[in-house]
Amino acid sequence: MSPRRTDTGGHVDRLKTIRFTFDGVAYTGHGGDTLASALLANGVTLFGRSFKYHRPRGLLSAGVEEPNALVTVLKGEVREPNIPATMVEIHDGLIAVSQNRFPSLTWDIHAVNQLGGKLLSAGFYYKTFMGPVVGPLKGTRFWMFCEHFIRRAAGLGSAGSAKDPARYERMNAFCDVLVVGSGPAGLMAAKTAADQGARVILADLEPRFGGSANWSGETIDDASAADWVRRTVAQLEARDNVRLLPRTTVWGYYDNNTLAALERVSDHKAQPAKGEPRHRYWAIRAGSVVLATGAFERPLVFPGNDRPGVMLAHAAERYANEFGVLPGQRVVVFTNNDSAYRSALALKQAGAAIVAIVDVRPQPSAEMSALAGEAEAELLSGHAVVATEGGKALSGLKVQRFDMVAGALSGDARSVHADCLLMSGGWSPTIHLASQAGAKAEWNEALQAFLPPKRTQKWVGAGAFNGHFMTLEAILDGRNAGLTAVGATVAPMAYPHIESLPCDPRPAPVFEIKAKGKSFVDFQHDVTAEDVRLAHREGFVSVEHLKRYTTLGMATDQGKSSNVPGLAIMAEALGKPIPEVGTTRFRPPFAPVSIGSLAAERFGDLKPERLTPMHDWHVDNGATMYSAGLWYRPMIYGLSGETVEQAYVREAKATRENAGIVDVSTLGKIAVQGPDAAAFLDRVYTNMFSTLAVGKARYGLMLREDGFAFDDGTTWRLGDQDFLMTTTTANAGKVMQHLEYFLDVIWPELKAHVTSVTDEWAGAAIGGPKARQILAACVTGTDVDNATLPFMGIVHGEISGVPVMICRLSFSGEMAFEVYSGAGHGTHVWEALVEAGRPFGLVTYGLEALGTMRIEKGHVTGAEIDGRTTARDLHLDWMLSKKKPFIGSAMMDREGLVASERLELVGLIALDNRPLNGGAHIVEEVDEANPHGSIGHITACCYSPALGKHIALALVKGGKARHGTRAHVSDPLRNRFGPVEIVSNHFYDPEGTRMHG
Amino acid sequence: MLITCPYCGPRDVIEFTYQGDGNRERPDPASQNFEAWNAYVYDRLNPAGDHNEIWQHSGGCRVHLRVVRNTLTHEISNVAFVRGDHSSAARRKAEDKP
Repeated sequence: MSPRRTDTGGHVDRLKTIRFTFDGVAYTGHGGDTLASALLANGVTLFGRSFKYHRPRGLLSAGVEEPNALVTVLKGEVREPNIPATMVEIHDGLIAVSQNRFPSLTWDIHAVNQLGGKLLSAGFYYKTFMGPVVGPLKGTRFWMFCEHFIRRAAGLGSAGSAKDPARYERMNAFCDVLVVGSGPAGLMAAKTAADQGARVILADLEPRFGGSANWSGETIDDASAADWVRRTVAQLEARDNVRLLPRTTVWGYYDNNTLAALERVSDHKAQPAKGEPRHRYWAIRAGSVVLATGAFERPLVFPGNDRPGVMLAHAAERYANEFGVLPGQRVVVFTNNDSAYRSALALKQAGAAIVAIVDVRPQPSAEMSALAGEAEAELLSGHAVVATEGGKALSGLKVQRFDMVAGALSGDARSVHADCLLMSGGWSPTIHLASQAGAKAEWNEALQAFLPPKRTQKWVGAGAFNGHFMTLEAILDGRNAGLTAVGATVAPMAYPHIESLPCDPRPAPVFEIKAKGKSFVDFQHDVTAEDVRLAHREGFVSVEHLKRYTTLGMATDQGKSSNVPGLAIMAEALGKPIPEVGTTRFRPPFAPVSIGSLAAERFGDLKPERLTPMHDWHVDNGATMYSAGLWYRPMIYGLSGETVEQAYVREAKATRENAGIVDVSTLGKIAVQGPDAAAFLDRVYTNMFSTLAVGKARYGLMLREDGFAFDDGTTWRLGDQDFLMTTTTANAGKVMQHLEYFLDVIWPELKAHVTSVTDEWAGAAIGGPKARQILAACVTGTDVDNATLPFMGIVHGEISGVPVMICRLSFSGEMAFEVYSGAGHGTHVWEALVEAGRPFGLVTYGLEALGTMRIEKGHVTGAEIDGRTTARDLHLDWMLSKKKPFIGSAMMDREGLVASERLELVGLIALDNRPLNGGAHIVEEVDEANPHGSIGHITACCYSPALGKHIALALVKGGKARHGTRAHVSDPLRNRFGPVEIVSNHFYDPEGTRMHG
Repeated sequence: MLITCPYCGPRDVIEFTYQGDGNRERPDPASQNFEAWNAYVYDRLNPAGDHNEIWQHSGGCRVHLRVVRNTLTHEISNVAFVRGDHSSAARRKAEDKP
C-alpha cells in the first residue's frame, strides 16, 4: 500500500492496481483514482511550476477548478497539454508529464524569476516592451530580442504538432429537462422530473455521480449519502426516459435553451473500443434546465498560500473520503467559516493529526468549538496564518493574532510544524452557466458570494448553486426544481432524515491577510494581491480593466477560485463595497473544450464526400484522386513509374495530338425553366440569353451586386422556356442560392424556376483533333458533322443505347464536345466513349492536364475570379451588354473598378526555364534581401507541353500595357526568384482555329 | 437559435443561411443613381434590438424568410415568407380544407 493511502474508506478499488508514469517515474494507483489522487497517495507533493515565477506548486483542489496541477498527457504521438491532474482518470499505461519546468520539475532553472519578482509585476510586458525605442533596454525591438527567451520561460504546456488520429463526434439531443450536476440536488431533481414522465438528461463532469454525497460522510434516510447516491442512480438507470452522461461537462448555455456539452468518452481507457470517439460534443435542446452545479471553495489570500501542501479544505476531505488518500499527517486548518471544521474532522477520522484550527473569527460558535475538540485540534480563534515554510512540500507555518475588523495582525508570530495546510475562504456558487444565459450576478452580503442572476431563460437552480449549502436544502431544492422544470405544482414533501454536522453558511468577510511576502490570488497566472493593488494605483479601476491588466482570471481555469478574492481586494483598494465594483460576466466555455470535438464529423472518416457516377471507373483505371471541396476528381491517370508532371504532360500532349476525355460531372448544373426564364437569365448574366436560339449554348458571365465578377459557365437553351445552366464546380451552391434569392426576394413577379440538377447528369468532355471522329464512331440517332453540330450547337442522340445530349464547346481549346447522360448511365457512356476512342489514341485525363490546357488557353477559373477582380480585369468586358441592366451593372463602373492601376490578367513565361509557383509575387526589380514592390501575383502555373515552357497566369498592375516586357518573380518563402516575360494570357492558338475546326 | 420556418416548423439555425439586412431597397435596375445603389449594396443598419433580416432555409425547403430578430437576445418575434403567403404550398393547404 502507498504511504498515504488509508487502509479502508473511499470508493477506490484497492484490489485493482493500475500502472502509469509521471515524468518518467512509474507509479501505481487503484481503480477509481484520478492522477491527482494516485500521485498524492504515492507521496508526490510537487505537481508543476507556476506560470511566471516558476514557483513549485502542488494540488490546490480535487476538481475541475484546479489551477496548479496541470499536466500534459501523451498518447502515441499526440500530446494534450494543460489538463488538470484532478480530471485525469488513470488507466494502465497512462503517460503524463509535468509542465513549465526546465530541465526538470524538481530542479527548475527559471525559478530564479522569483528573485526578480518586482520586475515581473502586473503590466511588466506593457511597460517594458511597448512603444518607441528610448533606450537599449526598452521598446518593441527589445521585445523582439527577448521574445524567444520569455516565451520559453513563461506559459503553460506546449501543444504537439502531430496529427490527432482520434475520432470525434457530434450529437444532437432533445429533452424536457437537462439536469447539470449530480450532487444531492441534481440527483433529486433528475429523479423527480423522471418520475413525472419527463425526458431527462443528467450530466456531470465527474466520472462518478453524486457530487459531495460521495465524500460528505453524511447519512440520508439512515443510509450513507454515498449509498443513497448509488440507489438513486440505479433507479435512474432503470428508466428509459433518462439519459445519464457522466464525464460530461456542460460548458455553454446559449439562447433558446441550447446547451453545449463535452463528453470525454474514452480518455479514461487505455484503448478506445473500435469506432469509439475520444470526445463527443453534445448540442442539447432542453425544455428547461436544472442548474445544480454546486459551489467552489475559495482560497484565502496570505503569504505563501501557494506552497505545495496548502490546499482547499474540502479538497483534502474529498481525497480522504472519496479516494482514501491522506494529503498530510500533521494538518492545520485555516478558515473564515464553519465548513472547514467538517473537513478537519474527516481527516482526523481518516487518521491524520489535526494540529490546529486557525479561525480568523474572534469567537467561533460553541458547535464549532465542540467539533474542534472532537478533532483534538487546538482552536486558535482570532488568528491568521501569515507565512508558510518549506520547498517542494510544506514543513511548517507561522500564525499570528488577527483582528478581522481592522484587518490588523498583532503579537508575536508562532511557528507550527505541519505538512498540510487546509484553507477555506468561503464558497462561491458555480453560477457560470446562469451568467452565460443572461443577466448579472447579485452579491449576497450574508453569504459573501455572488448568487445566480435573475432568470433570463428557462432554468431553475437547486442546492449550493442557489447558496443553499446544506444537504437537506439541496434535496428539497432538487425536488422543487424537478417539479418546476416539468411544470408540475410544487407540493410539500416529507423531509428526508439527514445526519450532518452543524454548519452556519455565513463566512466572515475576510479574503486576505496582509503580511510580508507573495500572497497569490490567481494561482494559475501568478497574480498576487500586490499586483491587484498596483493595478489600482496605476488607475485601473474598472473590474474589466483590472482583469486585462493583471490577467487575473484569464488562465485556463478562468478564475474559478480567484475571481471573488481578486474582486474583494480591488473593492478594498477602491474603498467601495463589492457589489459596486461589480463582477465580470462568465462566457463559454465553462472549462476548456477540445477543438476536435467542435470540428467533429467535419473531419476524418465521418466527413461527407461527393463522388461522380464514374468514380469507381477512375479508381479502377489508375487515377490518383484529388479532393476538391467535397468532390473527388481524378488528378492524373498515372502510368507506373510516372511522376505527376510526366503524367499530365503526356495526357495534355495526347489530347492536343489525338483526343482526350475528362469527367466533368462535378460542374454545377441548374435547370432554369418557365415563361420568364430567358428574361431572368438576361438579368443574371452580363450578356444576352433571350436572343439565344433553341439548341444552342452560350458562354455567360455573372457579376455580384457590387460589380465584381462572380462566376462563369455555359448555358444551353434546350427549349423556349427551358435552359440548362452550368457553373464552376466550386460555386455551384453559391450560384444556386444567388438565383433563388433574386427569384424569391427581388423579382417574385418573374415566372421562372430553378432546380439544381448537378447530380442528375453525368458529364464527359471529349476534345482533340480526333474527337469528332470518335463521336461519329459511337453516336447514333444524330449526325455530329459541322453542319448538324456547329460550335456551341447541341444535339440529342444515343451512345450504346443510352440517350445523350451533346454540346460542342471547348475548355481545352481543341475541337471538343461535352456529352451528358443520365447519372445512372454515366459509366456506361464513359466506357463506350473510351472504347470508341481506342483506335484513335484517346487518353483519359485528369485535373492537372485540364488545368494545363486551360492555362495555355488563358481561360479564367476561381483562381482568377477571386472576388476582387472585375470583368475588365479579366478582359471579359466584351461580355458586358450595353443594351440592358444586369446584376452588378450599376456598380461595375465605379471609379475604383475602372482605375488604370488595377491588377489585370496576363500570361507569364519563365525565362530561366524553371517552374513557377502559385502565389509568387511579380516585381520589376528583384531584391532578395528585402522583397518589396509587388506589381501582382501568379494565380496558376504549369509546364506547358504545347509551348515547351514553364508558364503562368498572373494578375499584374497595368496588364496589357506590359505585354512583351520583362519582370521578375519574387517568392522568398520558397526562395524562387527569376526573370519572366509578360505576355497575353492567350498562349496557345489565340485565334481559336483548332476549336472552330 | 431556432427559426420557425412556416413550412417546416422550428429548426436549428444551422439549417439556415443569412441573406442580409431585410431593410434594403433595391433601386430600379436601370437606375444610375449611384447614391441609392451604394446605400443598397453597402449601408447596413446595426440596431441593438429588433432587426429585419432575410434568411433562407437552405438546409430545408429553401424558401426565403423575413425574420425579425433581436440582436441582443436572439429572440425571434416574427417569421414570414418574403414572397407573402401565396405560395403553392399555402394554396394547396387552403384548397385541402373542406
